[in-house]
Amino acid sequence: MTGSDSTKALLEVENLKVTFSTRRGLVEAVRGVSLSLAPGEMLGLVGESGSGKSVTGFAVTHLLDKAGRITDGRIRFKGQDITRAGGADLRSLHGAAMSMIFQNPRAALNPIRTVGQQIADAILAHRRLSRQEALAEALQLLKAVQIRDPERRMSAYPHELSGGMCQRVMIAIAISCSPQLLIADEPTTGLDVTTQKVVMDLLAHIAAERGMATILITHDLGLAARYCARVVVMEQGRLVEEAAPLTLFHRPQHPYTKRLVAASPTATSRIEDLVPDGDGIPLVEVTELPPPPHGTPLLLDVKNIVKRFDDGTIGVADFSMTMRGGESVGLVGESGSGKSTTSRMICRLIDASEGEILFDGQAIGQIPARDFHRSELRKDIQIVFQDPNDSLNPRYTAFDCIAHPLFRLMNMRSGDKMRRRVEECAERVGLPRELLSRFPHQLSGGQKARVGIARAIACKPRLLVLDEPTAALDVSVQAVVLQLLNKLRREDNLAFLFVSHDLNVVRMMCDRTIVLRTGAIVEQGESRALFANPQTDYTRELVDAVPHIAPPVALQACPV
Amino acid sequence: MNTIGATLLRAGRRFVSSLPALFGVLVFTFLLMRVLPGDPAVFFASGPNAGKEEIEVIRRQLGLDKPLPNQLVIYLADVGRGNLGRSMMTGQAVAKDLRERLPASLELTLTALLIALVSAVPLGVIAALRPGSLVDHGVRLFCSLGVCVPTFVSGLLLIYVFYYLLGFAPDPTGRIDIFTTMPPQRTSFLIIDFLLAGDFEGWSAAARQLMLPAFTMALFVIAPLARITRASMLVSLGSDFVRTARSVGLSWWRIVVTYALRNAILPVITIAGIVFSTMLGANVLVEKVFSWPGVASYALDALLVSDYAPVQGFVLLMATIFVIVNLLVDLLYGIADPRATVA
Repeated sequence: MTGSDSTKALLEVENLKVTFSTRRGLVEAVRGVSLSLAPGEMLGLVGESGSGKSVTGFAVTHLLDKAGRITDGRIRFKGQDITRAGGADLRSLHGAAMSMIFQNPRAALNPIRTVGQQIADAILAHRRLSRQEALAEALQLLKAVQIRDPERRMSAYPHELSGGMCQRVMIAIAISCSPQLLIADEPTTGLDVTTQKVVMDLLAHIAAERGMATILITHDLGLAARYCARVVVMEQGRLVEEAAPLTLFHRPQHPYTKRLVAASPTATSRIEDLVPDGDGIPLVEVTELPPPPHGTPLLLDVKNIVKRFDDGTIGVADFSMTMRGGESVGLVGESGSGKSTTSRMICRLIDASEGEILFDGQAIGQIPARDFHRSELRKDIQIVFQDPNDSLNPRYTAFDCIAHPLFRLMNMRSGDKMRRRVEECAERVGLPRELLSRFPHQLSGGQKARVGIARAIACKPRLLVLDEPTAALDVSVQAVVLQLLNKLRREDNLAFLFVSHDLNVVRMMCDRTIVLRTGAIVEQGESRALFANPQTDYTRELVDAVPHIAPPVALQACPV
Repeated sequence: MNTIGATLLRAGRRFVSSLPALFGVLVFTFLLMRVLPGDPAVFFASGPNAGKEEIEVIRRQLGLDKPLPNQLVIYLADVGRGNLGRSMMTGQAVAKDLRERLPASLELTLTALLIALVSAVPLGVIAALRPGSLVDHGVRLFCSLGVCVPTFVSGLLLIYVFYYLLGFAPDPTGRIDIFTTMPPQRTSFLIIDFLLAGDFEGWSAAARQLMLPAFTMALFVIAPLARITRASMLVSLGSDFVRTARSVGLSWWRIVVTYALRNAILPVITIAGIVFSTMLGANVLVEKVFSWPGVASYALDALLVSDYAPVQGFVLLMATIFVIVNLLVDLLYGIADPRATVA
């Protein structure tokens, strides 16, 4: 790969090693990565958290944390060795020759400076212009990144813009001095699928138009497949495979790539396929429960609920749905569509302004949310939260976390009975018993997610509300957690209300799906049918925006 | 324009909501003074041999024979009319006493705060730029010394060195030495009045007089300000937007000052407001050491002789200043942080 075309390559990385000094000693984050990038090429750098993909990107641009150090290897940019570049050299490289786009665009912008000024700052860092000229050019850049009403946005602060808008501003800053290399570090993580598509299309368009070489760092195989000509897979600081996306996804060579490809939900994947060797949790023989006898009351009957916020805006307008015991229903929509608000009203964490919620025939909508914890039904409706880090009390051990609802809702005092129940729950979610005495910060993301699920099922609920339960997890961990949830649902005849922005996940997990937009139901129906043949433009847009891997048929047509 | 309006509205709302607290302070101090041991009538009787009758007469004159609720109502009515009562000690109206002495305290405290900010912010920034370095430890040591040494000790030390040993500083008694002709009173801040009068000799005399007590006070508050600057600078420097600024190659100065420091300064404003209010009331030690004719030493003297009215007046004044300072901090926040007006 390297060497032969060294005259043409824009960027060459040879045997790069990066070490971080941490409290527990030196940690090697990147262990010998070599790659090269031709001018104008778009390269995908794919891996899970801890794979060293972002560290590689930061090492190339010399933006590593103080704790990180390049210990070995060589970075050549346009034939020039920049491995040990510093001070003035770096300042002239940054922005002018290579620039970066970051994850979490809103945090990446200065909160107390208008976006126009920030773009002008970037321009003035490398060019001799007056402030006025720089601002005029900033306006042109805002137009180039297709921001609506750019004149007015010039004086906007980042908090006044949406996440997608902030990322466009970030792109404008990054391309302001026409660099030849752009490194995009998870540029669309945390954005809606539709916004993700718009931002990525824009990025690809700008890169092609300006002949900018781009490295797209992402955990999303589908995204890399859609936009990159070449994809590199990293695992634990090493490069494991490099190929054209279609080859990579349909004929993966390395076992890690195979696992990663399998774990990525696609339009056709099934829960069972996500973990091929079943190395996550032992798959238990699942016996389908017989359908409930006729005349069983609905488990959940939501009638015309409305949520009006204090400032008068309407979060949810006239939402109705029903659920039977053991059924799983997906709630999808973009951020701001009211899906989380709806789920929180149903699990009685916030009050509905109007409407009625019947659970198992009993009206629960009238019980104020702050008093619902005293209700008999609290233990029947439990919640799995989005962020496994923030939803666990950092001062509670895993055992305490799982035991807490038993103590509060089942009135179990500490003792053998409680210990047995906690251990049973931990076992069911595949959490080893020796981890129960650990605190959340001593657990991995997947283990924390398991604690959250064990806590939710501890009181044997009948309805589980899952608010983006896997959004913060790596795909391979997500695959295991999804399988686990599916198993629990079948074993206990649990009903799921599954809130997610990931349509592929909802399609696998849910019998029925409800599509929300600005607080109102756009479309609903049986999941597979709904996604295969959407009836409304909005749903079609959502489905189309999901980056997917083309079927293997296209493989022959694609030049490798 | 809109943001300024919103900020003013917020400040106004804050002010109204702080009125009940002011009222509470008023009543509480009143009751506290009555509970404390010591009978003002006995103190202010003609002498130790004063007879029962004489004390009784004074007590009636002071209105102390009436039941407590009556006294409170009379007091509140007086305060409402702007009458803070009369000091037994000086024989003057408390409002007049406070008006004469407050500028002295304010002048001293504001100068001290200015000195503290001008030295603490750069110290904090330098420490944050090189955490764990020798500079950082030096700043930490200096700050610790500043807090550990009580103000009366550091004040005496400064007097010993700069007045007694080196002779740089003037006689540490009061705001100005008695032979200087006073400038015409306009703001009651001596250094400003001298400037306005064009009397530079007088100005330098007043400024020299001010320096030692101001530095003594500043030493004590540099620590919290420098520590908070360092802490919030560290957060700022580690933030994503500073990384962005580095990624586009902004100059070092622009990254540190425009990007990091301007974001880091917000908590410093809050702490500065709190520090200022505390200094104003707690600088009694400095005022005593340097014979500074300020409000705090006045209130302490009054407290020692159970002179109710000045103490109550002083506490009310402090509470009011506290409210005003908080309002100012709010306004500053609104200017410094565009997000503040949204919340």
